[in-house]
Amino acid sequence: MELLEKNEKLQDKASGSFEAKIERDDAIEPRDNMPEGYRKHLIRQMSQHAHSEVIGMQPEGNWITRAPSLRAKQILLAKIQDEGGHGLYLYSAAETLGISRDEMIAQLHSGKAKYSNIFNYPALTWADIGAIGWLVDGAAIVNQVSLQRTSYGPYSRAMVRICKEESFHQRQGYEIMAKMMSGTAAQREMAQDAMNRWWWPSLMMFGPHESESPRSGDAFKWKIKRSTNDELRQKFIDKTVQQAEVIGLKVPDDQLRWNEEKKSYDHGPINWDEFHSVINGNGPCNKQRMAHHKKVHAEGAWVREAAEAYRLKEEKLN
Amino acid sequence: MDTQLGKWEVFMQAKPGANYIHAGAIHASDKKMALQNARDTYTRRGEGTSIWVVPTDAIVASNPDDNDMFFDPSNDKTYRLPTFYVMPEGAKAI
Ligand SMILES: [Fe+2]
Ligand SMILES: [Fe+2]
Repeated sequence: MELLEKNEKLQDKASGSFEAKIERDDAIEPRDNMPEGYRKHLIRQMSQHAHSEVIGMQPEGNWITRAPSLRAKQILLAKIQDEGGHGLYLYSAAETLGISRDEMIAQLHSGKAKYSNIFNYPALTWADIGAIGWLVDGAAIVNQVSLQRTSYGPYSRAMVRICKEESFHQRQGYEIMAKMMSGTAAQREMAQDAMNRWWWPSLMMFGPHESESPRSGDAFKWKIKRSTNDELRQKFIDKTVQQAEVIGLKVPDDQLRWNEEKKSYDHGPINWDEFHSVINGNGPCNKQRMAHHKKVHAEGAWVREAAEAYRLKEEKLN
Repeated sequence: MDTQLGKWEVFMQAKPGANYIHAGAIHASDKKMALQNARDTYTRRGEGTSIWVVPTDAIVASNPDDNDMFFDPSNDKTYRLPTFYVMPEGAKAI
């Protein structure tokens, strides 16, 4: 009897309307019926997420040849390779929604598709590599842990895979910061300077307050999104402030205070004008990032063409 | 026209004897490149001991609209289940 009931339950799960599945917290799979708005929302969000992983390789890649030791260089290479992998997981998950890789790249190049604003800031010193791993990956992890429960199956599975890899990224960054903070006065100053420049852009990574976030209503209704931008941002602040204190870094926010009542930190206002200005192309590195991606993409075209030509030749021979 | 090469689905076995599980997809022009790209993309930390790659368009998937019929659990055929059978009193290990 138990088996029978279990069978019936499984049967229920496999069928039903989109709304019923969302209501039951069932994953939506590529061939399931879904509203056009859901598909579009996911394509926008997942391709933006994939582009961010790939563009994010640039500020760090800039430091591979200048890493201070062989150990540091190996770690940085492995970390950047992971980010390339994250991009690939997400592109292939987005492709299940019926958009091709070519189209996604074309949308990136035309500016129709965005990538995370954070990568429009430069990595000026070695301490920036520490700050990026610790703060930028740290903020990304908070967001991605929440997205593991997103309603679209392929997206959720890609997030699970990515989250497994991210904790190394954050730890290697924090290790760099800790090392610099126990070094010379000049090194400590360099670390604090990186902290000062990356703290606020990291908080902006979670996006605007919900009231300013035009599409979040649908995202919650469809369970693409599980927590608000502000909730995730608060989670990040609450766990990061202590890590800064342990190694002697100062959080560059005069209004940061522990709030005993809500058991979390209050923080100063975020400069949303800066956020919007960077989104609209006026960040320090927007042009450089996009120009580099276009250049590398064009320069790699002959490799893809040669691979196709080789396949055709082999097919003829066999 | 730019090409991103063909699409392949990647299945991985986590350890000998385990089922192959779908990991995701990659792009490659031929079988050899598909295997290499699958390795580089999905097993950077010993996640697998064996990989299958299959051209995406070679996969035939069931249609969710047919689920009611296709996955009918045949609950009228209770004799398919071990609990249908009456075992003699005192019989052990069955
Ligand atoms: Fe990543
Ligand atoms: Fe990362």
